[in-house]
Amino acid sequence: MIRKTVLIAFVLLAALSAVVLFAQDITGWIKGGGGKPALAVPDFRGSGAAQPLMASFNSTLFTDLDKSGCFDMRAKSLYPLNNPQSPQDLRPEDNNQGYALQDWAGSPVTASHLVFGYAAAVNGALAIYGNVYDARVQSIPSAQLMAQHYAGGLDEAGAVRTAHEFSADIIQKFCGGTGSLLGSRIYFVSNRSGSDEIWAMDWDGNNQKPLTNLHSLSIMPAVSPDGTRVAFTSYGKSTPHIVMIDSQTGRNLPFYNQEASLNANVTFTPDGKQIYYASSAAGLEQIFAAGLNGQGFRRISHRSDIEAEPKIDPKNPNILLLVSSASGQEQIYSMNAEGGDFQRVTNGEGEASNPSWNPDGQHIAFSWTRGYAKGDWNVFVMDIASRQYIQLTHSEGRNENPTWAPDGRHISFASTRGGRSQIYTMLADGTQVTQLTRQGANRMPVWGTK
Amino acid sequence: MKINSPFRASLLLALFAVLFVAGCGKKPPIPPPPPPPTSNGGTTNNAPSGKPVVAEFTAEPSSIEAGQSAILRWSVSGASDISIDHGIGTVQGSGTSRVSPSITTTYTLTANGAAGSTTATATVRIVAPPPPPPPAPRNSGATAIGTVESRVSSLQDALFDYDSNNIRDDARAALTADADAIKRILIDFPSASVNVEGHCDERGSAEYNLGLGDRRASSARDFLVQLGVPGDRLKTISYGKERPVCTESTEGCWQRNRRAHFSAGQ
Repeated sequence: MIRKTVLIAFVLLAALSAVVLFAQDITGWIKGGGGKPALAVPDFRGSGAAQPLMASFNSTLFTDLDKSGCFDMRAKSLYPLNNPQSPQDLRPEDNNQGYALQDWAGSPVTASHLVFGYAAAVNGALAIYGNVYDARVQSIPSAQLMAQHYAGGLDEAGAVRTAHEFSADIIQKFCGGTGSLLGSRIYFVSNRSGSDEIWAMDWDGNNQKPLTNLHSLSIMPAVSPDGTRVAFTSYGKSTPHIVMIDSQTGRNLPFYNQEASLNANVTFTPDGKQIYYASSAAGLEQIFAAGLNGQGFRRISHRSDIEAEPKIDPKNPNILLLVSSASGQEQIYSMNAEGGDFQRVTNGEGEASNPSWNPDGQHIAFSWTRGYAKGDWNVFVMDIASRQYIQLTHSEGRNENPTWAPDGRHISFASTRGGRSQIYTMLADGTQVTQLTRQGANRMPVWGTK
Repeated sequence: MKINSPFRASLLLALFAVLFVAGCGKKPPIPPPPPPPTSNGGTTNNAPSGKPVVAEFTAEPSSIEAGQSAILRWSVSGASDISIDHGIGTVQGSGTSRVSPSITTTYTLTANGAAGSTTATATVRIVAPPPPPPPAPRNSGATAIGTVESRVSSLQDALFDYDSNNIRDDARAALTADADAIKRILIDFPSASVNVEGHCDERGSAEYNLGLGDRRASSARDFLVQLGVPGDRLKTISYGKERPVCTESTEGCWQRNRRAHFSAGQ
């Protein structure tokens, strides 16, 4: 009897510690487990005509690296008096004056890595020479991680662009993904012109412009993996149907809608060659697949539940997530690309929707009312293998339609926290929340590579 | 007070037992005589023996509209002469007479016999005619008035429970009324069609609600088709939660938005 009790206690303890372990896993992933690289980034200086551009360059570089959420940025006020500008400046020993790597690794800077370089005006262009060294390594040659050269226009724009390029390479080197958000765009729905149209903007909220002008109801955009196509749901011909456009020009691309009261919720496959969508062509709304032009469509699922929002695993095109009413209220499910192996992913609490895959294929962001009243959506992130999750927003308005940035570290979402729905970005740990839109009501963001 | 039947049965049994015990040793009382027969719609004096007996004096029907007629019917025995007032005069012992009074009139039958006379009355009541039916709609047939839009806009919404496309009892009543109206619209406007829109409240996700709205529209459409509305002239369209009729975050508003709504088709 005692042995049995001990055994049960042991099993319970093991189960509990497994849960704790998983919880640490997802939190560790979110926080950048094992500690983030600590970067020291002393200001670059420029020779001649390059010098006036350096303020823009330095602030852009520092901000990009900071915003990536990938690094622990060491404060510039802690830096030594001098800093190297080229690898030739490095010395084995400098008595904390700044030309030795250990001056940066030691107190008070305690950086793990040193980012340094300089700029010059070469034949009317801006040339950037950037370096990254591991400050903790004794041997100067083996401490070198990156030695990069960038060229841009000899103006503010050139300085900002080269800073973006350098930061992107550093982020990619340390954190993987696409490295930076540079060039990525967010597609969304805005009613600021009087009707719900598809709009696009840069990842930081700049250059907001409409892609459609249909004066109808244009909603639920999706963007192809290469960023060239946007598909959305339109009411232009009375019943909701799919429209495919060029993501840069807004020009219509050929698309065949099968006969149905509803063709909606498009998503692209990771190879960009097919789409999945929800259609009522068979009577009840179910998941279908088709070519990019809508031809060759085939029914995937054969159930009687309401099914919406198919989302293909970026690392495994045979797995897709979807939202289904199979267990009552809407929940996130997974199934294979032929409609089989149908399993619930969320635990049945509340209502769950809007799954978005992280580019790593291991994590999803989604909307959930768990712990709140119906309609009080919050953004969560889940490790798809362990089903462990963390909550990123905490009921400041309704928080819906999370979408991962190509860098796998940022999330854009729509929130009514300020009244009307607006589009925000944040890091995957819920920090650095930034509002991108302010005119009209803006919702349903989807983040494209360009 | 409500008494269940086993209890009531035992109560009756007990009552009978008491009566039986109480009655022991006494003769049961003689039952009283039955009441005299009465004639329908008329009054009859009790006729002591010797006086004429009016077995029947009735007006059928007892209420008429002015200009219509009623039948007086009588049957008298033991009378030497019988007369009815209001100009009918002397009549036989039994018979009928058609009367057409213009106001409510009470007829008195007087029967004289050797031992006295007996009277009876029958009343013919004049009632006002019912109001005329409303005028026939002028748009019946080919000369339809109004527009499809105005006719469709007066159809009732069918309301739904949260996350459900089941037709509730109140929706059943609304759609049953709508079915007749839609049939008339489709007859009056042979090229018209009617959109059955499915709508949802703001709480579910927009994407899921598109599917739910489609189900609601289909449920309403199927119900109407069962009632004989031609399905090929009904078009379903789901708006999910994109076109709410109100925007407050209250159950009252949410309920108004969980609906199948009708609009004129193209």
